[in-house]
Amino acid sequence: MAVGQARGQGRGLRIYAVLYLAFLYAPIVLLPVFAFNDSTIIAFPLSGFTTQWFVELADVPALHSAVLTSLKIAVVTALISTLLGICAARAATRYRFPAKGGIMGVIMLPLVLPEIIVAVSLLVVFLQIGLELSSLTVILGHVLICTPFCIAILNGSFQSLDVSLEEAAVDLGESGWGAFRLVILPLVMPGIIASLLIAFTISMDEFIIAFFLSGSDPTLPVYLWGQLRFPQRLPVVMALGTILVVASVLIIILAEWFRRRGVAKRGGSDSGGFL
Amino acid sequence: MKDFARGLVLVSPTALYALALLVAPMAAIVLFSFWTQDYLTLDTTLTLDNYREAVTDPIYGQLMVRSLYISGLVTAVTVVLAFPIAYYISFHVAPGRKALWIFLVTIPFWTSYLIRVFLWKVILGFNGVLNTSLMGLGVIDAPLTFILYNLNAVVITLAHAFAPFAILPIFVVLERIDRSLLEASQDLGETALTTFWRVTLPLAMPGVIAAVLIVFIPTVGDYITPRLVGGPGGLMIANMIQTQFLRLNNAPMGATLAVLAMVCVTIIALIFLWLNRRFLRGPD
Repeated sequence: MAVGQARGQGRGLRIYAVLYLAFLYAPIVLLPVFAFNDSTIIAFPLSGFTTQWFVELADVPALHSAVLTSLKIAVVTALISTLLGICAARAATRYRFPAKGGIMGVIMLPLVLPEIIVAVSLLVVFLQIGLELSSLTVILGHVLICTPFCIAILNGSFQSLDVSLEEAAVDLGESGWGAFRLVILPLVMPGIIASLLIAFTISMDEFIIAFFLSGSDPTLPVYLWGQLRFPQRLPVVMALGTILVVASVLIIILAEWFRRRGVAKRGGSDSGGFL
Repeated sequence: MKDFARGLVLVSPTALYALALLVAPMAAIVLFSFWTQDYLTLDTTLTLDNYREAVTDPIYGQLMVRSLYISGLVTAVTVVLAFPIAYYISFHVAPGRKALWIFLVTIPFWTSYLIRVFLWKVILGFNGVLNTSLMGLGVIDAPLTFILYNLNAVVITLAHAFAPFAILPIFVVLERIDRSLLEASQDLGETALTTFWRVTLPLAMPGVIAAVLIVFIPTVGDYITPRLVGGPGGLMIANMIQTQFLRLNNAPMGATLAVLAMVCVTIIALIFLWLNRRFLRGPD
C-alpha cells in the first residue's frame, strides 16, 4: 500500500518534472527555430528554412569587434578569477585563520548582490579616480562577480583532498610549494579547468556590468542590447543568440565533464552539479 | 609559519581584491548618496537632501514598493515551483542519475540571460509564440494581453531565470535528510502526507530559507527583465537607478536609491530570518 502510494506520487512528480524542464528549456529551444525561419516576423506558423540570417552575421564589422572585445575580456577574467579562486578556496579548505567566516563572506557576497549595485558602485569609483571606461574596467568588474563561482567549484576540488597525501610529500623531502605543485595541483587540475570555463562563460554572457563600464568598446551582450531596438534586425539577433547559446552549452558540458573527472580522480562520489 | 598566518597570506590576494573593488566602492556609494549634483558639478557637502527627496517624491517610494512586491512574488512562485523538482530529484531519481538531473536543471542558467529574457518577450508578445500558437489551435479567439508588458511577464521571466538558485539549496538539504526518520514516522502511524508535513518539510526548511534569500536579494535589483518585458507598469528600482546614473546625470540620487534598496532588502531578509529562527537552530 505504502509502496504503491510512493510509486503513484513518483509518477505525478515525474510528469511535473518533465513539464518544468519544458518550461526551463522553452526559450533556448525556440531560439534556433526562429534563427532558421525565413521571415522577419518572429511568430508561428513558420514560413520556411533559411540560413540567410547566419550569413548576414558575417558582414557586420561592429559585431566582429564586439566579439573580439568579449573574447579578450572573458579570457583575462577567467585567468584572474580562477587564480584568485585557487588562493581563497585553498585557504578556506586547508587552513584556519582569524575572521575566516567574515572574509569568505565578503568575497562570496557578489553571488547574491544585485549586479546593478556592483556596477554603479564601480562606476562611481572609476569616474572619481579618473580611470577611463574600457575593457580593463569591465574585466575588473567581471573578476569580482566570477571569483565566487570559481571558489564554489574549487572548494569542491580542494575539500575532498586527503591531507596525508601532502604530508607524505613533505616527509619525503618536498618543500611546501613542491608538494603543492606535484601532488595537489594535478589532483585539482580538472576543477581548475572547470573553473576557467565557467568564469569564461559568465563573463561572455554578462550584460549589466559591461553596460555600465565598457565605455566606447561594447562587449557582445552590449552590442546585442543595442540591436534589440530594431525590429528588422531581430532574425539576425536570433541567429547570433543561437550561436552564443550553443557555445555556452558546449562549454558548460565540457566544464561538467572535467569536474566529474576530478571527482572520480580523487575517488569521491558525485553529488551533482556546480555550486 | 603558523597555520593561521599561512591561511591569511593565502587568502589575502582575493580578500584585498574584494576590499578594493567591492567594499571600498560600496562605501563610496554610501558617501556619494550624501552628496548632490547639479548637471556636471558635484557638490561634496554632506546633506540628506537626496534621502529627503527619495522619501517625499512618490515616484521613488512607488518604485521601491513595487520592486519589493515583485521580488516577493517572484520568490514565492520560484520556490514553490522549485520544491517539487528538488524533492523529485532527491527522493525519486536513482542515485546514479541525480547528478545528471541537477546538471539538466542548471544548463539554461549558464546561457546568456539577455537572450533568455528576450525570448520570453518573443514568447509572451501580442503576436508572440504563445498567442499565435493558441489562436492557431483555436484555443483562444483574441491574443491574451495580460502576459506581456506588465507584472505577470516580469514574474514569469524571473521565476524562469532564478529556478536553479531555488532548486539547488533545497536539493542539498533534502539529500542530507536521514531516510530512516521518514520510515520511523510511518511506522509510528503517520501517513505519507503528514510525514512530509511534520518531518520532511521542517527538516528541509533551512534549504527553503536559503533559496528564498538567494532569489529575493538579487531580483530586487534586476534591470533587464523589467526593462524588456515589464512595460511601464513593470519597471523596477534598478531601472530608475540606471536612469539617474546614465540619463539624468544625477549619480548621487542614483546612489541614494541603491543604498535605500540595499537597506530595505537587508531589513526584510533579517526579519525573514528572525521569523524562521526555529528552523535554523542546530540540533542541541
